[in-house]
Amino acid sequence: MARRASWQEYQKEIAADKYYYARSCIRQNFFPGSEKAFLDILSNDLGVDIFDDPLHTSCTGIGYHSDVVPLETIMTVVARQFALMAEAGYENFISSCITSFGIYNEVLSTWEEFPETEERTRRYLKEATGRELVKPRSIAHTSDIMFYHREAIARKAKRRLVNVHTGEPLKVVEHIGCHYAKIFPKSGIGGSEFPYVLAGMIEAWGGDVVDYPERRHCCGFGFRNYLVQANRGSSIANSHKKLESMAPYKPDFIVANCPGCTMFLDKWQYAIAEMDGTTYGANGKGIPVLTYEEMAGLVLGYDPWELGMQFHQVDVEPLLDKLGVEYNPEAKYLGVGGKYIGKPADAAVNCAEQRRLYEIRR
Amino acid sequence: MAYRVVIVGGGAAGMQTALELKSRGIEPIIVERDIELGGKARGWHKLFPSFTPAGDIMQPIAQRVKDEHIRCFYGQEVIGIASDGVTLRSEERIPADAVVVATGFTLFDAHRKQEYGYGLYDNVITSVDLERMMNGGRVTLTDGSEPKRIAILHCVGSRDEKVGQKHCSKVCCITGVKQAIELKQMFPTADVFNFYMDIRMFGPGYEELYREAQEKYNVHFVRGRISEAAETINKRIQIKAEDTLTGRPLRMTVDMLVLLVGMSANYDNPTLAASAGLPLAPNGYFKANDSFLGVVRSQQEGIFFAGTVTAPKSLADTLAEASLTASAVDQYLKNKYNAK
Repeated sequence: MARRASWQEYQKEIAADKYYYARSCIRQNFFPGSEKAFLDILSNDLGVDIFDDPLHTSCTGIGYHSDVVPLETIMTVVARQFALMAEAGYENFISSCITSFGIYNEVLSTWEEFPETEERTRRYLKEATGRELVKPRSIAHTSDIMFYHREAIARKAKRRLVNVHTGEPLKVVEHIGCHYAKIFPKSGIGGSEFPYVLAGMIEAWGGDVVDYPERRHCCGFGFRNYLVQANRGSSIANSHKKLESMAPYKPDFIVANCPGCTMFLDKWQYAIAEMDGTTYGANGKGIPVLTYEEMAGLVLGYDPWELGMQFHQVDVEPLLDKLGVEYNPEAKYLGVGGKYIGKPADAAVNCAEQRRLYEIRR
Repeated sequence: MAYRVVIVGGGAAGMQTALELKSRGIEPIIVERDIELGGKARGWHKLFPSFTPAGDIMQPIAQRVKDEHIRCFYGQEVIGIASDGVTLRSEERIPADAVVVATGFTLFDAHRKQEYGYGLYDNVITSVDLERMMNGGRVTLTDGSEPKRIAILHCVGSRDEKVGQKHCSKVCCITGVKQAIELKQMFPTADVFNFYMDIRMFGPGYEELYREAQEKYNVHFVRGRISEAAETINKRIQIKAEDTLTGRPLRMTVDMLVLLVGMSANYDNPTLAASAGLPLAPNGYFKANDSFLGVVRSQQEGIFFAGTVTAPKSLADTLAEASLTASAVDQYLKNKYNAK
């Protein structure tokens, strides 16, 4: 991967400071610790100005891609987000969600290509909310921001992405959400073929990036693949194809920058293990799947349970052991104030006994 | 005193034009950017459709240029052209009675099609790399072993709006057929697959060669463009395509992927054209005066074209056009000076 220099041709302006933060609807449910970790890392560790605005809403992207939200509606919602940013005194808009990031780029591009749609949106926004549309000076995904600050994070690192038992760099599969750069290659670090946004973090923090044949392939989320129940076989087939392709490289973990990808690469491992008993990690276990905030948090010495890593389907403890992370196993299932939140049953993906396997033919 | 004509470019078109002008009693001067004559055909292995060694064509031409004592400037870049001479990067001006632009084309840079991994994966090579390997007498994978399964991809940098190359490069289809046969001759047990959009066999003997590749050499032709290539753990190349004749997606692993790179217009065409007030075609090549009777004339009196500077052409067409250019220049000079 060291030969891969094409990412340098795909650069974009990333603001150094003063960010308006737009959260993701689904990440707050799937990986609630990650967005908090992002805010903590930027505010506390890096000391940059980031505004977490309670007034903003969903971008409605999933509804848009599912054909239940019209184009005019999503444009007006996006215009409102931008108006809120300007009212708060910011001009660098950053999005936690890859779907939203694609939406923001698509809407801005549509306004540029078809100015009449921008004028119409301005009118709708004014009529509906009384607000004025102010377009952002820069737009970035939050993984771009983490990429931008990767060297600063490396300087503050408590540990590197290295196996403390062998001294070898951890082998990391990076997975980029399709809507990060496949729609607008110029909007992503490294373009669409060899995105560098996560690879750059991995390399800066001491890990080795795994290049495997199905690296570019979609995780299988794909909105209609999953939202339409009859299509879920297609969703899991895509994840299965990727997992089969990466397994021979024996990756220590997967990191993704998209909410859907992170969840599906994690949870479909459970489903595959239940369906046919296949697991893809070492010792019959699954391959842990991290968000980039979790990866950064571990590098900076955050407690894995504070990062919310107990929400993962595939247990992360084998990875924590490789990294030399000290953690309290008992604290994994303790919530706020030390309250016990319950422990899920063992899952096949975490080495359950074969008799627990679901018999698909039954 | 002989009329003097400056020819910009010392490839096949430039050399042949110079020889034809010389035979007509006109003094040609070749200005070549490289340090030797020959252009893109230099170092090519064999020519389609006859498998004639390229050297058998190019070396005698270059030798005749030498024997005829045609004056050549080497390592000189022309930055300005006019009907009465050219200006070099060194600001030296070479006056002339007419100018022939024979600057040829630029090979499409396969790195730009990032999805194929050229320069990244060991056994992804271009058609030019393959010619050089064949010229060196040995075609192998990077580990020195023989390829058992080879894919040849047509139209890399041709008919591709994504990289701004809308035109057909004309010679790649037949080159792909020729190289497939050469590979089968070297590795008779290997499987060779040509992935194509359309097969364009326009020249004499081309269609016959295409048929021979299938019937005699059992080369497989798949109608579908490869969408991406990736390296497997054992350094083979996984490719994905759609077989559009069967309507099915296809995924296969090969030992070697050959990218048939197309012809691009030269990057300095806009500068050269602007210096003479000449128009360029939408694909960046110089625009000929008209498509029928003026294919070697520019829209400026005294400036002519030869070879692939106006469009992709085969070597045979290039050499034929060079004679036409010399004839047009000769006629122009006669008309110009006899009229005075």
